[in-house]
Amino acid sequence: MSNRVKTDRIVITAKINGDERTFLADERDSLLEALRERIGLTGAKEGCNNGNCGACAVLLNGVLVNSCCVMAAEIEGAELTTVEGLAGPEGLHPLQQAFLEEAALQCGICTPGFLMASKALLDENPHPTEHDARFWLAGNLCRCTGYDKIIRAVLKAADQMGSNGR
Amino acid sequence: MQPVKYKRATSVAEAVSLLQGGGEFARPLAGGTDVIVQARERRRDIDLFVDIKHIPELMAISHDANGVTIGAAVPLHLVYGDAKIVSQWPAVTEAAHVIGGTAIQGRATLGGNLCNSSPAADSIPAMMVLDAVAHIAGPNGKRDVSVREFCTAPGRNVLALGEFVVSISLPKPPAGSGGAWQRFIPRNEMDIAVVNAGVWVQLDGANVTDARFALGAVAPTPIMVPAAAEALIGKPLSDATIAAAGDAAKAAAKPIDDMRGSVKQRKHLAKVLTERTLRHAIERARGQA
Repeated sequence: MSNRVKTDRIVITAKINGDERTFLADERDSLLEALRERIGLTGAKEGCNNGNCGACAVLLNGVLVNSCCVMAAEIEGAELTTVEGLAGPEGLHPLQQAFLEEAALQCGICTPGFLMASKALLDENPHPTEHDARFWLAGNLCRCTGYDKIIRAVLKAADQMGSNGR
Repeated sequence: MQPVKYKRATSVAEAVSLLQGGGEFARPLAGGTDVIVQARERRRDIDLFVDIKHIPELMAISHDANGVTIGAAVPLHLVYGDAKIVSQWPAVTEAAHVIGGTAIQGRATLGGNLCNSSPAADSIPAMMVLDAVAHIAGPNGKRDVSVREFCTAPGRNVLALGEFVVSISLPKPPAGSGGAWQRFIPRNEMDIAVVNAGVWVQLDGANVTDARFALGAVAPTPIMVPAAAEALIGKPLSDATIAAAGDAAKAAAKPIDDMRGSVKQRKHLAKVLTERTLRHAIERARGQA
């Protein structure tokens, strides 16, 4: 198959979790591969590697994307938020806290993707209904929880963030 | 990932030149939700991605008196996030809203859905009944192709070497017309159509003056169903004429058996979905939905 071309090492500069970072990657790397293998951000997980499971979800310029379906080279000059960027200096993000309190994870593989997808939901719609949350999170698969606890956690975080004015 | 090179184009001319230079294994990269996976899984032989998202007209939605032109790299969430598109071409936004999940819709595009040319593509039947036109650029300049004529076989289309889709235009719908789109999947979301249907009708009182029907996932490409339109045009709306359109759709469907559905189920769905989608389009034409 395609061994006709030789890919190059490339230098990528992007704002990742608030910090301007410059790193070396391969032209053929997906964003997920670059995050995990080039810069050690292993929060995003490889589940299906084809856009079905959402375990690798990150925010690219504020938009939820599956990092397995983005080429690393595409993020040159972009702003990226991964699950590592969710907690602030004051502690866990309300979504992370709510996931713990509601036991919204078991094995935890899907959790970074759910957290990022939930963050994107609350950024766009701070007061989602249960239906809104279920529809929005349909692209994230969880094999453990049965989803109900995740939905409870997201709605709880939305309530708390609303009342805190965050 | 297999060895794939990446180049960023900043103008249509540069993209054409890069695609032409890359030859038959070069592909435009818009949202990447199909082509990146196909390259990784070696379902398409690709060794160059030409990123077209940094070309301004590829990312633009422009409304004018004739309708709307949507850049081929505009992600779906911005298509259904555009209130004018939602109000005038709801059939397209109904499809855009259920192509993959949220993270797919943050990247995937109408241009990509068209160029991937899947028989089950969700947006294509909607665009077909709305008279959508694909604006193509290539080494020999620009040309326009009706979305109805675009797909030629599963995964194949009219694009020649070095050509790519720049934008898609949807003409302004005439007064008294309505379009709608529906699909059947065995779950609520995140699946590929067993069958999908696009319908557009124009009414004069109780009479149908014009109609267009399209079906997806029932043939090697999305298809128009002219017989369904003939069953309806010039006739008053009634349960009988609506059922006749559904029967025509069932007859036109030439599906295959696969993991998503059987021939029998798909033919049945072609009728049911055509009738339901038609009823919805009629409500819209009457301004009731």
